[in-house]
Amino acid sequence: MSKKTTRDLVLSILLAGLVCAILAYFQADSSAHSYAISIIERSVIYAVVAVAMNLLNGFTGLFSLGQAGFMAIGAYVTAVLTIPVEMRQSVYYMNGIAGWLENLSLPMVPAMILGGLFAAGAAALIGIPVLRLKSDYLAIATLGFAEIIRALLAAPVMDKITNGSYGLNNIPGFKNMFQPIILAAVCIAIMVLLINSSYGRAFKAIREDDVAAEAMGINLFRHKELSFVISSFFTGMAGGMLAVFMRSIDTKTFQVMLTYNILLIVVLGGIGSVTGSIIGSFLINGGQEWLRFLDDSSFTIGGAAIPLFKPGFRMVIYSVLLMVVVLFWRRGIMGTSEFTWDGLFNLFKRKKNKKSSAGGEV
Amino acid sequence: MSAITFAQHLLTGISLGGAYALIAIGYTMVYGILRLINFAHGDIFMISGYFMIFAMASFPWYIAIPIVLIGTVILGVVIEKVAYRPLRSAPRMSIMISAIGVSYLLQNLATYLFTAIPKAYPEIPFLKKIFSFGGISASLVTLVTPILTIVLVILLIQLINHTKIGMAMRAVSKDTEASRLMGIKVDSTISMTFIIGSFLAGIGAVLYFTDRMTVYPYSGSLPGLKCFVAAVLGGIGSIPGAVIGGFIIGICETFLVALGYSTFSDAFTFLLLIVILLVRPTGLFGEAASDKV
Repeated sequence: MSKKTTRDLVLSILLAGLVCAILAYFQADSSAHSYAISIIERSVIYAVVAVAMNLLNGFTGLFSLGQAGFMAIGAYVTAVLTIPVEMRQSVYYMNGIAGWLENLSLPMVPAMILGGLFAAGAAALIGIPVLRLKSDYLAIATLGFAEIIRALLAAPVMDKITNGSYGLNNIPGFKNMFQPIILAAVCIAIMVLLINSSYGRAFKAIREDDVAAEAMGINLFRHKELSFVISSFFTGMAGGMLAVFMRSIDTKTFQVMLTYNILLIVVLGGIGSVTGSIIGSFLINGGQEWLRFLDDSSFTIGGAAIPLFKPGFRMVIYSVLLMVVVLFWRRGIMGTSEFTWDGLFNLFKRKKNKKSSAGGEV
Repeated sequence: MSAITFAQHLLTGISLGGAYALIAIGYTMVYGILRLINFAHGDIFMISGYFMIFAMASFPWYIAIPIVLIGTVILGVVIEKVAYRPLRSAPRMSIMISAIGVSYLLQNLATYLFTAIPKAYPEIPFLKKIFSFGGISASLVTLVTPILTIVLVILLIQLINHTKIGMAMRAVSKDTEASRLMGIKVDSTISMTFIIGSFLAGIGAVLYFTDRMTVYPYSGSLPGLKCFVAAVLGGIGSIPGAVIGGFIIGICETFLVALGYSTFSDAFTFLLLIVILLVRPTGLFGEAASDKV
């Protein structure tokens, strides 16, 4: 082991230890830190979706906008199976519940995995026609499918399963904040392993040039379908996690806006960077808290009320941010590279060098 | 369904289709030239609805409508200049994300400025006049929409086929680089496309919202997507195709709602999109292009 890898290992362990310590500190007094905890939970859930979207958009070059639909599938499957049996009559008081579903229940994690599998199954079916399309057409077709899924979930014939427009509530939440974090870490780790495998290299080849990739013997359709199905599986899992996190869902949660929010995370973090997506997710979800004052019309600076600040201003800032990143800073935070300790140190070094060289000129 | 209710729904469908057709032209022209789905087009249409509310607050309709149209055109051109022009040589994905970004921005801006609560659309008295014949009753706007659409389309086709700027547009959409070499000002031609597209979206907005009576920040997103489907159905790049696509989608949607499948009327549109792209990717009147599928 060289000196550098030892250093990186030590630093990584230290960082992991630090993160665990902070989390344990929050968890020890969870009621006092409930807000911080909810932000962290939301961030890790969005991070899973963002990495899954990145797997598809950034690594395979398939611009898909169907995330909200697959999340809806995962969320509904998880919700339907985890609502406690004794609560079901009260949840479905309007429409009644389908007979076969009444006593069917699963623990949280298997329910999420099943949700992911449902999403993956839907993706496999959708993928056969849709993955033949390219760029904009693929985007609009997947966007359309997300809408179809949402329409189906809200359809009157599904009332006894999805509770129609009343949505589902009383979903048991996470017991502690480590549950979603570990689940998300496992999901992201599996995707990272996939990206670094020979399949991942095939995905990147397809992204760079699909004709050349095909000429190299990569089965285009099989790999695109694989990427689409796996991405949808984890999107579905994350949807399940979101359902457990939010504790009540309805089809309005899964509108196109949700997909756009995730796209913002991916673009900000850097298309084609897993760590970028994770950082982006924490920045955007954390920003919901740090920038909350933007939505607050009673907020004042130096005693003066700012007329600009009223509900909705934060989202305007976010959309301007998305535009600015696309127009002026296309690589995002990480570009296509991943986080490394070397990269971090080089960043500081470069800054220092710049400073000293600037000083030299004066 | 009796003959009279059928005729009634058909009339409603044609009217809705007319508004869709006007919006679809904007998509098809921009796509024809830039190869870009202008995701923001539906939201330009929505903002145009809000413009009308404010214009009508202080002016009579015959002054308000031109103001709204000018406002909409300016908005469209500014969006092209700020969000699309700097990315002309960027990868396609960036331009598409930029378009989504504009759409996201306009929706959030509308929510911020006008709140998410639907606002009442001002009534233009003479358009709301009810008339009836042979058991069918409808407001004047229902009848005006398809007629106005067809007149505008004929004018537009004349413009494209018989004027210099029209020739420039056709040239740019065939081959941007070659037309630049031939001395065509590509940037101003593209701006002209956005002017026409936004102008028609503005007219479409007046007709559509007079019928719907409310505007809210997301009222442009779904019609926008549907009109894109209409443009694809007719064959992207083809103006008569977009119009016919708009009418087909408007009529189908109205009948699905009339038959009680309103939850599926949106889903139907997208199903139609997938089917067209698989069966006949060039659409009904499209030119053969190999880069779609």
